[in-house]
Amino acid sequence: MTQDIYVVIEHIQGELSDISYIMTAAANALAKSQDGNTVGILLGSGVESLKDNLALDRVIYCDHPALENFSCDAWKRTLIALFGEYSPRVVFFGNTTIGADLCSSISAHLDYPIISACLKISDQGLITSQICGGKIMADSQISDKPTIISMNPGGYKPEEGQGGPPGETLTFQAPGLDDLKVKLVQFIAPDTSDVDISQEKVLVAIGRGIQTEDNVELAEELAGLLGGTVCASRPVIDQGWLPTSRLVGKSGKSVKPELYISLGISGATEHLEGITGSNIIIAVNSDPDAPIFDIAKYGIEADLFDLIDPLLEQIEAAKNG
Amino acid sequence: MTEIVVISRLVPDLVEELEIAPSGKALDLAWLRLIINEFDNHAIEQAVILKEKIGANVTVISLEAEGVEDMLFTTAAKGADRLIKLTGLDEEAKPTNQSLAQSLADLIKEINPDLILTGVQAHDDLTGDLGPQIAEFLDLPYVGYISGVSVDGPLAKTFKEYPGGLLAEMEITLPAVLGIQASEQPPRYVAISKVRQMMSTASIEELAIGDLDVEGGFTIDRMYLPEAAEKAEMLEGSEEEVAAQLTSILQDLGLL
Repeated sequence: MTQDIYVVIEHIQGELSDISYIMTAAANALAKSQDGNTVGILLGSGVESLKDNLALDRVIYCDHPALENFSCDAWKRTLIALFGEYSPRVVFFGNTTIGADLCSSISAHLDYPIISACLKISDQGLITSQICGGKIMADSQISDKPTIISMNPGGYKPEEGQGGPPGETLTFQAPGLDDLKVKLVQFIAPDTSDVDISQEKVLVAIGRGIQTEDNVELAEELAGLLGGTVCASRPVIDQGWLPTSRLVGKSGKSVKPELYISLGISGATEHLEGITGSNIIIAVNSDPDAPIFDIAKYGIEADLFDLIDPLLEQIEAAKNG
Repeated sequence: MTEIVVISRLVPDLVEELEIAPSGKALDLAWLRLIINEFDNHAIEQAVILKEKIGANVTVISLEAEGVEDMLFTTAAKGADRLIKLTGLDEEAKPTNQSLAQSLADLIKEINPDLILTGVQAHDDLTGDLGPQIAEFLDLPYVGYISGVSVDGPLAKTFKEYPGGLLAEMEITLPAVLGIQASEQPPRYVAISKVRQMMSTASIEELAIGDLDVEGGFTIDRMYLPEAAEKAEMLEGSEEEVAAQLTSILQDLGLL
């Protein structure tokens, strides 16, 4: 085993994902306490240039048509072969819709310990994870076994992993990738007929606390008065009360409005990662410990239904006055 | 007939206050209120929808915990055919997902299902995700972040979610393990009377599970509640007073 820290680079449809920079920043932080090099693993087809802006010591590039778009099956087989040849000290994966499909499988296959939901690496090399929707933190120490870390966004800014180009690029020959059991049929682009919430200046966001479909119009009314748009966290979308185009967070959009008013959203990690670009966040929640209050500028501990009527009245009065 | 296994877990209810055990290295499980892992609830719904569409036998497997019987009977009221509760777990420490996945894989092998569904993640997991680990021990394909599943002969057709609302239509050769993010319809509501009826008509099989590892090959130094660097400025007062403060903030922002 070397002391090298590996990063499995993520990209979707030819674009590098921010988590790749975030993992690079974490890998560099860990490499300091481990005295190893940082090595990126780039799988794909015709995407070698994606490595150029990553602050890594080295990149291993594996080009194969079956690796062009993410397939858990093809990527996993390739990574298992690669780790057989280069024994890593630590491997970072994104805790994303790509990395999370891979890292737990590989951990089981190679019997590598896995530490989930890492937010930050301490100067002493402790792995700080964030679980239970952001309500619990855990500091862990890796053992002497090769270890997988799944990385959450939020602890490092993408800029902290930018730099490069890496000093050296090695190539890796993909193993046999026929007989794949997972096949991509097609990508389906998001519906663009709806407003693009990532471009909106004012957003009123609703979560589980909105309780029923009928209550959505209260948020619509507030958004209307402020010249904004309504968006939502996962539970509201899953209920079908708003279209998927309004989803903010992990599998939805990242937004960057001037004002983000959140009503009845606790602020689970998956949601918060989509709103950190907001200028001002105002949060209303009945739970004083809701993680949303940790990133909001203004907070109101209240039942949103008690607050909404006086708020709508006063805003209307202010507009008319 | 299509055989479907669903793994369903109870997780801490995040609406409640969470506490750290006296060891300082784990959640205090003693007073924890548990609820069904939301993604698992979607996995159950997806299994029941498939049963209604193509005919299937649905087995739900869960771990012994406070409230697990209610949860299992609720799934029976929704349409699950067979309920299994795994017993003999360490009451004070959560097993690692690797060791749990290994035990579940042994059990699932005997059932020999076409499809294994589970929630894509559980918010209290620190040792990876269960679904892909089960898939690996069974040497089956896995795809996670799935919304909606249909079965077409030897294939599962699914949609995988990516950031930004991008979807990937996927075909997966069965048998397979799928990590469910959302069922194609929201989880159904069942009347409490129907759950009560299941309590007297359905039965829960109990299976003892072997010793599971509670250490995942790394050491937890400390578990703690987050120390927010900067907490929000809280607006205080009656609803009217708070509404007035908020209105004035919105005015200052030039929005009114």
